[in-house]
Amino acid sequence: MKALLVGECRDGKLLEYSYELFGFASQLGAETAMVLVGNETALPSYGGTVYLADAGKYGEYNPDLHKRLVQAAVEREKPDYVVFLHTSYGWDLAPRVAALLKAPQVSEVVALAEGGFERPCCSQKMRQVVKPVGAPVVLTLQGGAFPALVPGGTPQQQALDVDGEGRTEFLGYEAAVRKGVDLTRAEIIVSAGRGVGKKENLPVIAELAKVLGGEVGASRPIVDSGWMEAGAQVGVTGQTVSPKLYVACGISGAIQHLAGMKKSGFIVAINKDKDAPIGEVADVLVVADVMQFVPALTAKLAK
Amino acid sequence: MKILVCVKQVPDMESRFRPDAAGVWYAETDLAFRVNEYDEYAIEQAVLLKEQLGGEPEITLLSVGPDRVVEAIKKGLAMGADRAVHVRDPEAHLKDPFQIASIIAAYAKGEAFDLIFTGMQSLDRGSTQVGVAVAEALGYPCATTVVAFEYADGTVTVKRELEGGVKGVVRLKTPALVTCQLGLNQPRYPTLPNIMKAKKKEVSVIPVEQLLQQEARLVLAQFSAPAKKGGGVVLEGDVADQVDRLIGILKDKTAVLR
Repeated sequence: MKALLVGECRDGKLLEYSYELFGFASQLGAETAMVLVGNETALPSYGGTVYLADAGKYGEYNPDLHKRLVQAAVEREKPDYVVFLHTSYGWDLAPRVAALLKAPQVSEVVALAEGGFERPCCSQKMRQVVKPVGAPVVLTLQGGAFPALVPGGTPQQQALDVDGEGRTEFLGYEAAVRKGVDLTRAEIIVSAGRGVGKKENLPVIAELAKVLGGEVGASRPIVDSGWMEAGAQVGVTGQTVSPKLYVACGISGAIQHLAGMKKSGFIVAINKDKDAPIGEVADVLVVADVMQFVPALTAKLAK
Repeated sequence: MKILVCVKQVPDMESRFRPDAAGVWYAETDLAFRVNEYDEYAIEQAVLLKEQLGGEPEITLLSVGPDRVVEAIKKGLAMGADRAVHVRDPEAHLKDPFQIASIIAAYAKGEAFDLIFTGMQSLDRGSTQVGVAVAEALGYPCATTVVAFEYADGTVTVKRELEGGVKGVVRLKTPALVTCQLGLNQPRYPTLPNIMKAKKKEVSVIPVEQLLQQEARLVLAQFSAPAKKGGGVVLEGDVADQVDRLIGILKDKTAVLR
């Protein structure tokens, strides 16, 4: 069994989480090869074959060409699995490769299952097992689901080239907006989520943060609604935090949010929904309405 | 200009999900359905573009599913779409993302849409495949995970949301497809007059058999709740009691309360 792993480069660097692909291949018990659009300084610490296409020539985002580069590596390597990470690069490219290969695709795999793969559904609240029909099988892996594995060694490079041009023009990266408090240094964070209900209720969260001597954070919907500044957002597209205490108020726990706070020392979640995915990472789950519980907690702590 | 917006109807995610009789997807009893949140951004962006171009573009909504999806279609029409297509499929939940994309592409093929908007994923299945697969089937260029959108003279400029708050700026020529991420815009609430007007808009129904020619590439084997990993404490009951118990735990287990 063989897995072709699709690594990721940004700004000329191999993204660290590319090593999770090796962790997955090891669980699968598959031989590996990697394909990478990057450059020689971005090669992984890995003794196997790396099909390297020059990012200077093909660009870091050029899906029309990247899908054909992956296809070219598939033709040479004849893998059973073509494995991406479930990231903005992976979920963009994988379906294009699947279309080209006429292959089944299973997205956001979190575990191996009997005859198939386990993946989340219903906003991470449930799991499904799906069985792909046909080969090769295209997979994307949920970030953090498979522990990173650094195989070590120096790759045997194979140059990879295709002709033609892409139809999307990549104009460049735009850096993250960083305004307001640096939450990564906070020891206590009280974060507001959709369960807060309305913007007018936000002071209740700020008051709890004040009593605890902490900072206020937010989940994505709060920022998207314009209730709080983007700088307050905790999660994959916001800040990754690890305070001593994290209090999640009315946050259901989308994977993007969990990835940004699950390393906190102690996690308290307040949520009406006992089955909310935040319960997976919480040390204490308080099953209650935020607007009833939080003011009561603040009042008691203030005494 | 012709615009297509793909809309899925999904359950409220705060619902309690139970397996269906076959044990492969959720049972629909007791679930309340609504427009997939990502698709609301897709609808809104299409309507904003129509407004930008002085009302010239015609917006068609398409939804694949059983009869209940007509409610999602009505909301989209009330938000400002002009007409709709309901691809009637009582068993849409058993189709894989590739089949759903094939159905949409089979309809769109003859219609020469200039722009297609989809959500980047659905809240229930969340495959992030359908939009891209539609673009591939039609031979359209496509950008995913879009959080900013501009259109001028046949050129679309978008910002893709990447990890760590970084964005990638990408330009493509129409015909093109974009998949919309949360936060792209502020989806409007339909007004009462627009809800009334939407009732008169055309909704054509096409049986799925007329559009589907592809076999499934995925088989659904099981649907279940995740195994509980965290051994966290769950506090239920009276609020005052919950407060006391939480403070006790915080004093006991953390150094943050003195």
